[in-house]
Amino acid sequence: MRHLTYLAVLAGCLAGALWLEPVLRVGVLRRWRRLLLTVALVAAGFLAWDVAAVAAGWWSFSRSYLVGLFVGPLPVEEVLFFVVVPVCAVLGFEAVRKVLRR
Amino acid sequence: MSYSVSVLLGVLAAVLLDVAVLRTRLVSGVAFWVVYPIVLGFQLAANGVLTGVGVVRYAPSVILGVRLAYAPVEDLAFGFALVLSTLSVWVWLGRLSLRDGSPRRPAVRGRRRPRVPGRRP
Repeated sequence: MRHLTYLAVLAGCLAGALWLEPVLRVGVLRRWRRLLLTVALVAAGFLAWDVAAVAAGWWSFSRSYLVGLFVGPLPVEEVLFFVVVPVCAVLGFEAVRKVLRR
Repeated sequence: MSYSVSVLLGVLAAVLLDVAVLRTRLVSGVAFWVVYPIVLGFQLAANGVLTGVGVVRYAPSVILGVRLAYAPVEDLAFGFALVLSTLSVWVWLGRLSLRDGSPRRPAVRGRRRPRVPGRRP
C-alpha cells in the first residue's frame, strides 16, 4: 500500500475541493475548456521548473511511495500534482467569489 | 540556496504576471486573500505528508533548512507562485472570452467604450 502514498495525497486534495462543484454550483468543471487551458499553460511552466530541479539534483523521489509510472524524469504523481493543485485552487477561488457576491 | 533563490524569482514572476502582464490584479483584491489561506492549509497538510514520510527528499545544499510542518519554507513560496499564476490565468482567460463577445453578455462591449460627446469620427 505504501506505493499509493503520493496518489492518496492527491486524491485527498481533490476530495477537499471537488464537492464545491455540485454543492456550491461554482461551474468550474462545467467551463472545462477554460480550465484545461489554464492547467495546460500553468503546468507547462512549473513542470519545466520541476524537470530542471530534478535534473540538477535539488530534490528526488523515493520510489517506494510511488506507483512506478514515470513521465520522463518525473513520477506520474508529480505531473498530476500540477493538474490537481490548479483545479483545486480554481474551485476554491470560484467558491469564495460566489460566497462573497452573496 | 539555489531553490530558495529560484523560488523567490518564481513568486516575483507570478506577482508580475498578475499585476503587470495579464493585469488581473488578484493580489490587490479580496477573493485571492480569502482563498489563499485555505489553500495554504491544504498545502501544509499535503506537503507535510510528502516531506514527512519522505516521498520527496531535498538536497540540503539547495534549501535554507527552515522547515514548516516538515516541508522546507521554500515550498510555501512555490505553492504561492503556483496558485497565484493559476488563478491569474483563469481570470484572464475568463475576461478574454467576454471581450470576444460572449452571447450571454452582449452589452459589455458597448458599455466599455462610451462615446465622447462633441467628438465625431
